[in-house]
Amino acid sequence: MNAFFSQEVPLSWYLLLSAILFSLGVVGFLIKRNLITVFMSIELMLNGVNLSFVTFAHQWHAVKGQIFVFFVMMVAAAEAAVGLAIIIAVFRARATLAVDRIDLMKL
Amino acid sequence: MHLILFIVFAGFCLAGAINLLLQSHPINSALSLIVVMVSLAVLYLLLGAEFLAAAQVIVYAGAIMVLFTFVIMLLNASREERTLGSRAALRVGFPAVVAILAIIATVILHTQGLGVARLSDGITSTEELSAVLFTKLLLPFEVTSVLILIAILGAVALAGHDERERTGGK
Repeated sequence: MNAFFSQEVPLSWYLLLSAILFSLGVVGFLIKRNLITVFMSIELMLNGVNLSFVTFAHQWHAVKGQIFVFFVMMVAAAEAAVGLAIIIAVFRARATLAVDRIDLMKL
Repeated sequence: MHLILFIVFAGFCLAGAINLLLQSHPINSALSLIVVMVSLAVLYLLLGAEFLAAAQVIVYAGAIMVLFTFVIMLLNASREERTLGSRAALRVGFPAVVAILAIIATVILHTQGLGVARLSDGITSTEELSAVLFTKLLLPFEVTSVLILIAILGAVALAGHDERERTGGK
């Protein structure tokens, strides 16, 4: 029972998980065709990076890594508010959420 | 115990992220993103970040995802149509993702001196966190509050109705 509770997880697993989450976010950004889901993929990338910040804060027993995650969360909240407002404005102007039809600025 | 909790919640995390990519309706993607965020909160708790675990649930899984689902329902977003996407994404994007993941994984797996996480590790208390946040990093903290204020104003200005629209284009 004691050995069961003392099991430990290498921090590299946490870092690998964070890298995989980030890559899945990038893949979502590339394959999703809805403006809102593209935006959600960006949130997924931010979360992946946050996990590696917390992991390194644990590795070096540093508080600053966690505080950085706190700042990232606040900036993500501001970004979500402004981004969703932009999405509403785009929808009002173009009446669509498909990124293939919102390509005015594409080369 | 730590190992089991890690495997279970890392599995939830990856399953939610993959489900986000596979679902074609935005509301299903939003719900799987909530699964990802809540399981990340558990992983933060396993790493001893109790304040961040609470903030993750309240800010991300709560506030931000409510905003997302609200906008999805407000705009009545329907199923997305699958298209091939741009050629740039196909030729440059996917190889770049694979390359980045491979490089990061190789570096992580070859790094010496990375520690381990146990359940008996200490928890970073909110007290320690706030002691640094409100003394050394007070200015960035206050700047962020101004940023949030500007974001609120920007969101209202962007999403609010146009004055011309209301008066009929005059």
